[in-house]
Amino acid sequence: MQQKRTHPPESLMGRLTRGTGVPFLTVLAVVTFLVPLLNQTVPPDSLLYLPTYAVSLLGKYLCYALLAVALDLVWGYCGILSLGHGAFFALGGYAMGMHLMREIGDRGVYGNPLLPDFMVFLNWKELPWYWYGFDSFPFALLMTLLVPGLLAFAFGWLAFRSRVTGVYLSIITQAMTYALMLAFFRNDMGFGGNNGLTDFKDVLGFSLQSDATRNVLFVLSALALAGGVLLSRFLVTSKLGRVLVGIRDAESRVRFLGYRVEHYKLFVFVVSAMLAGLAGALYVPQIGIINPGEFSPINSIEIVIWVALGGRGTLYGAALGALLVNLAKTWLTGAAPEAWLFVLGGLFVGTTLFFPRGVLGWFAEAPWRRWFSRSSLPSRSTASEKGGSW
Amino acid sequence: MRQRTPVGLRIVLSLFLIWWSSLSGVSAQSLESRLQALDARSFSAKEVAIGQLVALGDGQVLPALRAMLDGKLYVQKSSKRIVIAEDAEGRNYAIRDALSEEDLGLASRREVSKIRINNTLRTVLRGAIAELGLFSPRPEVRQAAALEMLNQPSAETLEMLERVQRREQDPDVRATLELGWAASALEFGTPEQQLEAASILGSTLEREAYVLLQQHRDQASGALQVAIDDALERIELKRWFSSIVELGFFGLSLGAVLLLTAVGLAITFGVMGVINMAHGEMIMLGAYTTFVIQQLFPDWIDGSLLLAVPAAFLVSGGVGILIERTVIRALYGRPLETLLATFGISLVLQQAVRSIFGPLNQSVLTPSWMQGTWKLNGVLEFTFNRMAIILLVPLLLAGLMLLLKRSSFGLQMRAVTQNRSMAASMGIRTDWVDALTFGLGSGIAGVAGVAISQLTNVGPNLGQSYIIDSFMVVVFGGVGNLWGTLVGALTLGVVNKLLEPLSGAVMAKILVLVFIILFIQKRPRGLFALKGRFVEA
Repeated sequence: MQQKRTHPPESLMGRLTRGTGVPFLTVLAVVTFLVPLLNQTVPPDSLLYLPTYAVSLLGKYLCYALLAVALDLVWGYCGILSLGHGAFFALGGYAMGMHLMREIGDRGVYGNPLLPDFMVFLNWKELPWYWYGFDSFPFALLMTLLVPGLLAFAFGWLAFRSRVTGVYLSIITQAMTYALMLAFFRNDMGFGGNNGLTDFKDVLGFSLQSDATRNVLFVLSALALAGGVLLSRFLVTSKLGRVLVGIRDAESRVRFLGYRVEHYKLFVFVVSAMLAGLAGALYVPQIGIINPGEFSPINSIEIVIWVALGGRGTLYGAALGALLVNLAKTWLTGAAPEAWLFVLGGLFVGTTLFFPRGVLGWFAEAPWRRWFSRSSLPSRSTASEKGGSW
Repeated sequence: MRQRTPVGLRIVLSLFLIWWSSLSGVSAQSLESRLQALDARSFSAKEVAIGQLVALGDGQVLPALRAMLDGKLYVQKSSKRIVIAEDAEGRNYAIRDALSEEDLGLASRREVSKIRINNTLRTVLRGAIAELGLFSPRPEVRQAAALEMLNQPSAETLEMLERVQRREQDPDVRATLELGWAASALEFGTPEQQLEAASILGSTLEREAYVLLQQHRDQASGALQVAIDDALERIELKRWFSSIVELGFFGLSLGAVLLLTAVGLAITFGVMGVINMAHGEMIMLGAYTTFVIQQLFPDWIDGSLLLAVPAAFLVSGGVGILIERTVIRALYGRPLETLLATFGISLVLQQAVRSIFGPLNQSVLTPSWMQGTWKLNGVLEFTFNRMAIILLVPLLLAGLMLLLKRSSFGLQMRAVTQNRSMAASMGIRTDWVDALTFGLGSGIAGVAGVAISQLTNVGPNLGQSYIIDSFMVVVFGGVGNLWGTLVGALTLGVVNKLLEPLSGAVMAKILVLVFIILFIQKRPRGLFALKGRFVEA
């Protein structure tokens, strides 16, 4: 830490919302309030009317934003560049998708009350054991957190204990999501193979097609994002957060000071995976499908660019980056599909070369930075000399 | 096999008729008049006539019999001559003599009448053609006919093959004839012949031999059963051995591909420490270079592949140097940012290729000298294109070793790797060495692309399917060590292929990935880690 901070002891609220927190949460709250309002109360022919598909689209962005926050928590504050966060997201999505499949009941194409359509199609006779319990919504919700959490725990326990760091860790996380993608593509896995899970009818008895359900899902996504951001802020501003930043900047020094580095890393990795799983669980009912493509390595790398573009190590920036990139993606893939990959590729190169601290970091460094004088952006450490890969 | 026995019966019948008719003095007639007998009124008379033709053992009648099978055999009404007719313009036929193949010009439909056949005759004809094939002057025809004999065991075949075998000069055909003889002898021969037949059939890997032995196993008893069991056991052992060899070959071939794709990465990642996520796209560029060169020289497919190798090296290497100079140079010492930036480059390159060549796969032709297979026995065959790739690997590695160990560039490169600042103070232009090293790694990826274009489809996404595998190989083998890459690639290739029959192709790949993930935990620096003191990364 270069400059000495002389903050008075802060209240919990102050800790959580310092810096860009207040404007971010305010904007999020206003949007959360306005979107259902514009969709439900404004007549459809009005200029201000927001069509329902746009509500779901925004809801999708909010899920992505939560996913970006989850990645920023491990990458921005602990230096773990995970190229497999899409896997946790997809696992959460699959857990929710399984519940939605069970809720279809006998309304599927084959009308089988016991088995989902794809199992009937594949001539399965009974439900595989790992589908048990997904009839219950609370169980499914628990699983959206537990399954990614357990995978992250097992993976992280192995990797951090044997001190696999930096690029190696990135590459094996990528291998992990790739292996999962291959596995979920198999029909024998019992997750619908290539087509994934789809044709959902309703959730908790509310039709997924109705405007009201979609608005509620949107609000839930916004709440989850706010909750995720606040939880992450709580973590990174705590003493634990200080240790995490220390690990990011000089892992061996922290270890020599007597901290069990691998425990800290494991904890934050698991929390991040669970947040990603939650994002996936909210994403699936709004999109209406989950398939193995979500596991593809390129998806996970895209998350990284959201975070990098928004501003790594800022949490709010990650959410902002996810929104910006996805807005651009939606617009460009419609307007000029050829150009989208050029733009995305250019973003990768441009951000790393010219905006290493992302949009938010760039704002903070700009001449008008006094507006952000209480910025909580963690300063880039000078301690990471040769070995520290950031 | 069972459905074919009627053929055998029919041949028996026809042979009997031949014998009977030869007694009645038909043998004195000329070939031509026998052919004319095909124009009989009843199908049974036609069958007799076919049998007589076969009995002459003259391959000259083969075209006529084939034409008859295809429904192209006609009789010229005016001369009673048997002719082969092909459709010609208008309502005419182009006819030629069935025996001498002499061109007889055009004939209208009225001038000829078709020699009709039915299904029974078709079966007879097929048997007859196979049998006559044994007398053909061309060894490959005799070989095919001899193989056909394996499917038609009968007492007559046995006798005939014994006769034919004595005349046969070609050793390959002779061996096949022996097999055919054994197939018949197993059922119709004397007990001694049956024993010999079992042992002959046990020495081959032809599928038919195995099926025949299995069929006779249950009926046989005593010594014959023991002999058949013994033969089956020998075949099974050989088959098992062959399948192991085949798996080994497939594994070696996969390992060679993995190695080709990973060697470039071993240089850029292993030696320079640069994570190049655009490495897969360098491979893709190499494959597209092959495609472009084939488009430029459409008449020179056989040779252009050899031109494509240096061309791909230059194209991919040039793009690599460009990337190094513009992007990677600014990011040295920041591996994670390099990873992101090069990933962006890979997206741009993919889209650029998609915009130029279109999103569909392009068809890259295989030169004639890489087509075909090398058939070792009934179950074992190696394709030439995979063999060529396996051969390319040692060539490439040897060249690379020579460059690294014997050239001044190699010396400078190793110096920069070991101690950058010391090398710089000795006057080495380290930034140029970096650029050239990166170019070298990318260029080798381009060469890998040429090889891969001969194996799979060439499309804009080609590179993506290899990038993860390549990283796995380098990380598994140990960073900064070409031998590690060699061992890593071959191990992963062979292990993958050995797992495939047990678990299926996709599952094998997953298992290998999981294995590597676990392996990294145990040895974070790979199989062959460089020894020395490292600053903890």
